[in-house]
Amino acid sequence: MQVDLQQLMERLDILGCIQCGKCTGGCPVSLTTALNVRYLIYETLLDVLPDPGKMEELWDCTCCFTCVQRCPKDVRPAELIIGLRSQLVESGKIPGTIGDALMGIFRQGNPLGFARDDRAAWAAGLDIRPAQEGCETLLFTCCSSAYDVRSQPATRALVRALRAGGVEFGSLGTEESCCGNEVRRVGEAGLFEMLTEEGKPLLESTGARRIVTTSPHCFNTLKNEYNLSGIEVLHYSQLIARLLEEGKLTLSGRVERTVTYHDPCFLGKQNGVFDEPRAVLRAIPGVNFVEMDRSRERSLCCEGGGGRMWFEGTNSEQRLAFQRVHEAAATGADVLAVACPFCMAMLDDAVKVQGLSERLKVMDIMELVGQAL
Amino acid sequence: MESRPRIGVYICHCGTNIAATVDVEAVTEFARTLPGVVVARHYTYMCSDPGQTLIKDDSRQLGLNRVVVASCSPRMHEPTFRKAAEEGGVNRYRMEMANIREQCSWVHQDSAAATLKARALVASAVAKAARLEPLEERQVGVTPGVVVIGGGVAGMVAALDVADAGFPACLVEKSDRLGGRVADLYRTFPDLEPAAEWLQPLIERVQSHPNITVMLASRVTEVSGYVGNFEVKVSGFRLQVSGSPDDHLKPEILKPETLKLETLKPETKNPETKDPETIQAGAIIIATGYNIFDPQRKPEYGYGVYPQVITTMEMERRLAAGDLTVNGKPVRDVAFIECVGSRDIQLGNPYCSRVCCQVCARQAQMVRQILPEARVSVFYMDVRTFGKRGEESFDEARRTGVRYRRGNVSEVDRRGDRVVLRFEDTLLGRAQEQEADLVVLAVGMEPRDDAGDISALLKVPRSADGFFLEAHPKLGPVDTAMDGVFLAGCCQGPKDIPDTVAQAKAAASSALIPLIRGSVPVGSETAIVEPELCAGCGMCVEVCPFGAPSLDPFWGVSRVNAVLCKGCGACAVTCPSKAIRLQHFTADQVLAQVDILIE
Repeated sequence: MQVDLQQLMERLDILGCIQCGKCTGGCPVSLTTALNVRYLIYETLLDVLPDPGKMEELWDCTCCFTCVQRCPKDVRPAELIIGLRSQLVESGKIPGTIGDALMGIFRQGNPLGFARDDRAAWAAGLDIRPAQEGCETLLFTCCSSAYDVRSQPATRALVRALRAGGVEFGSLGTEESCCGNEVRRVGEAGLFEMLTEEGKPLLESTGARRIVTTSPHCFNTLKNEYNLSGIEVLHYSQLIARLLEEGKLTLSGRVERTVTYHDPCFLGKQNGVFDEPRAVLRAIPGVNFVEMDRSRERSLCCEGGGGRMWFEGTNSEQRLAFQRVHEAAATGADVLAVACPFCMAMLDDAVKVQGLSERLKVMDIMELVGQAL
Repeated sequence: MESRPRIGVYICHCGTNIAATVDVEAVTEFARTLPGVVVARHYTYMCSDPGQTLIKDDSRQLGLNRVVVASCSPRMHEPTFRKAAEEGGVNRYRMEMANIREQCSWVHQDSAAATLKARALVASAVAKAARLEPLEERQVGVTPGVVVIGGGVAGMVAALDVADAGFPACLVEKSDRLGGRVADLYRTFPDLEPAAEWLQPLIERVQSHPNITVMLASRVTEVSGYVGNFEVKVSGFRLQVSGSPDDHLKPEILKPETLKLETLKPETKNPETKDPETIQAGAIIIATGYNIFDPQRKPEYGYGVYPQVITTMEMERRLAAGDLTVNGKPVRDVAFIECVGSRDIQLGNPYCSRVCCQVCARQAQMVRQILPEARVSVFYMDVRTFGKRGEESFDEARRTGVRYRRGNVSEVDRRGDRVVLRFEDTLLGRAQEQEADLVVLAVGMEPRDDAGDISALLKVPRSADGFFLEAHPKLGPVDTAMDGVFLAGCCQGPKDIPDTVAQAKAAASSALIPLIRGSVPVGSETAIVEPELCAGCGMCVEVCPFGAPSLDPFWGVSRVNAVLCKGCGACAVTCPSKAIRLQHFTADQVLAQVDILIE
C-alpha cells in the first residue's frame, strides 16, 4: 500500500522531531500494546515505514493526544496515526466494527446503529423546544447521551438543571447527527467533511449564540474543527459552573457521597477544562470530593476515544479502565464521577468486570447535580 | 575659501562581483566627462591597500577636494574611504559613495542595462559630491564611570575590571546580597570545586574595592543621556563599608534563608530609604541574569505535588547539607530528568540552557560518591557537555556508575511511598516504568521577568526568546543597539560561569573604551536650526524619536542636541518654515542627486 508520506511529513512538521520519546513514554497504551508512535515517526522520517495494513496496533490509539500535548517540538504524533488510518480507510482495510459504526453514522446519523427517528426518545415528556424555531442556547446531545441508557439519565438531569438555571434552550431533535469527532480520528476524512458540511449550516441556522454539549468529544470538534461563526461552544460542566457562580442555579438537596473525578481527555488534556467540573462537584451539598493521584494533566485515559468505543484493541486483557477504577477505589470514594458518555461506558464496564460494583458507582456529574436539584 | 570642485572618481571591480556585470571601463570613461571630474580610475579592489593608495596619491598630487567611490554599500566601506580621503587631504565628509554592487551588479543580469544604471548612479553621486560641504567631526567629553546593573558573577567581574582600570563603578543589585545565582550553588562543574571558595573572595574584593560603590536592594528607575554621559537614577541602599575588611558584610552563601536587609549591621547600611540618587556614568553594563524555570509549568512531572520531585537548585542545598533522604530513609533510586523548560517550543523556550547536562553529570556523580549503592539514572534527549573538560566530566560521571538512559520522561506518578517514571527508553525502543525515591528536574534558564522593564528603560531590544539582543551575533556579542550599553552574562542568553566571566570582561573592556579615550565622536550628519527662520512651533520636538530638539526657554526657538541627533531627517522634513537643515543631506545636495537620476 502506498502512503503519501511526503504530504504527511509536511503537514505534521515531522522533520522537527528529535526522537526524544516523550510521546511514546506518555502514551497510555504504549505499555500494553505494540504501538510506538515515536518509532512510527522515525520510520516515516527515514521513509522505511512498513505497510500500515499490517499494523493492527494503529487502531489502539485512543487519540487522547497526550503525545500532542507534551511534544517539546510541537510535532503532532497522534495526527500521524490518524493520517495512516486515513490511508487504511481509503483502501477499506479497517476493523469491521469500526466500519459498522461509520456505516451507522452515514445512514442514521449515529454509530450505534439505532434509527434516526428514535434519536429524541430520551426527551419524551420533557417538552424541549425545537431549535429550528430559533433559540439562544442549543443543547447538542452526543449520540451516546441520546441512545445509551446509561447516559440518558445524565442528559435528562442536564435538561432539568438548565431549566432550574433559567436557561432558554432548544434541541435539534431527530435532525441532530453525530458530530464526527471520532469519525475524523479513525481516519474517515470524507465522512467527517460531509458531517461538518451538513452540520455547520444546520447549527448556525438556529441562530443560537451558544452550544452546550453533553460530551467532551462533541465539544472538542464543534469548538475547534467546525469553524462556527459567532457561536460559543461549551461543555455542560462549563455552563453549569457558570450558572452556579452567577447564583442563577442553586443546589439544595444533599448528596452524602465521597466523590472522585475522572478527567476526560477531550475536555481536560485537549481543551484545558479542569476546574469547572470540579467546581460543580464541590458545589453539591454533602459531597466529599477527593482527587486521584493521576488527575488533570496526568489523568489516565479511559481508552474510549479515537474510535476505541467501536474496537476492542489488541490487548483487551489489560484495559486502562481496569487500572483506572482501582485508582478511583483506592481514594476511598464511593462515586467515580465522569463528564463524558464514553468514560461512563468504559469505566462502568470496568467496575463490573473488576468486581468493584459494591464499592464504587460510576455516575455522570449531571446525575449528581440532578440529585441535588 | 571655497574652491571649484576637483573630483576624483574611483570605480571598483570588487573582483568579479561588479566587473562581471558592469562594464567598469565604460563607466570610467563616462565619469571623465562629468562636470568637475579631474580624474577617474577603475581598480580590482578599491578597498585594498593599493586601491586606497590610489585615492590618497591622486588627492595630493592632483589637488582633489572631493572623492567619489563607486563600489559597495556605504554600510560596508564608507568609513574606509572616508579615512582614505582624509589621509589624502580631502575632508572626510566630501567623500561620496555610489552603490553599484548591491543596488546594481548583484541584482541585474543584463550587462548593458546594468552599465547604464551604474553610469547614472555615478553621475548622481558626482552631482552630490560637487555640493558637499566640509564638516568637522566633533567630540564630547565622557563621564568617567560605569553603572553595572546586577550583582551576580557577571556584574561583579565587570565592575572589578572597570574599577581595576581606575574608573569608578556603581554596582546596582536588586536583592539584598551580592553573588547572584552562583551563591546558591554548592559545587560547580566540571571539577566539583566548591563555589564558595572562589565566590566569597570575589564578593569581598568587590565590597572592599575603593572604586566600587555597591547598591543593595536597589533598582534603576530612570535612565537618560547618551554614550559618554548617562544619568542613571537608582533607588535603594548604598552599602557603606567601614572599619577593617573583616567587618565587611559577608553574604551567607548556601543558607536556605537569604540575608535580609534588617539583619545587616546598622553601620553597614543607610537605614532610611533614600530618594533616588542620580549616578553619572559614561557607560552602562546590563548583567541582570536569568530566571530559573518553574517546573510547575510542566505539570506532568508532579513538581509541587510530590515531595520526591525537586529541582537541580534544590538538589544543591540537599548535597550541601549532605541530606539525601526521603521520608527519613536514604534514597535508593535517584532519577535526573534533563531539559525541563529548555528545548521546548510549546513553552516558548526553544533554546538549550547549556548548563543542565553538566549540572546533572556533576550532581549524579556526587550522589554515587555519597551513596555508592544507590541507582542513579539520568534521562536525557541529547547529552551536551560541551566546553573545556565537559566531555571528560560526562565520562567521569558514567564511570562512577551513573546510568544514562535516552528518553524524555513523559510523566511522574505516585506509587506507594515512591514515585514512578513513565518513559520510553528510545535506544531499547520500549516504553517502560521505573520507580524512584528522588527525582531531580534539571530546570533551565529563562529571561528575567523584569527584562521587559530594563529593555524599556535602556532602549535595548530583546530577541524572540526574551533575552537581550546583542548588536551582532558574531562581532558584537556584548554590544547592544544602544551605544554605550553593554551586556554580560545570562541576561543575553543561557551560559555557564566561564562564558559569563569572559563576556563580563569583554563588556567591561568595551565600556572602558570611551572612558579611556575621554571623549566620544559625534557624527556631523546632524540637524541644525537656523534660529532666524524658526517660528518655535515645536513640531520638530514632537516628531523626533531621540529627543534631540528642544525649544529654548528664553529665545523660543528650537535647538538640536547634536549628540542625541541620529541624522534621520524627520525634523527637517517636518519643519514648516524650512528652518532645519540636515547636514550632509541638505536639500540642494539631495535634489541635485535626484535630478540626475530623473534625467
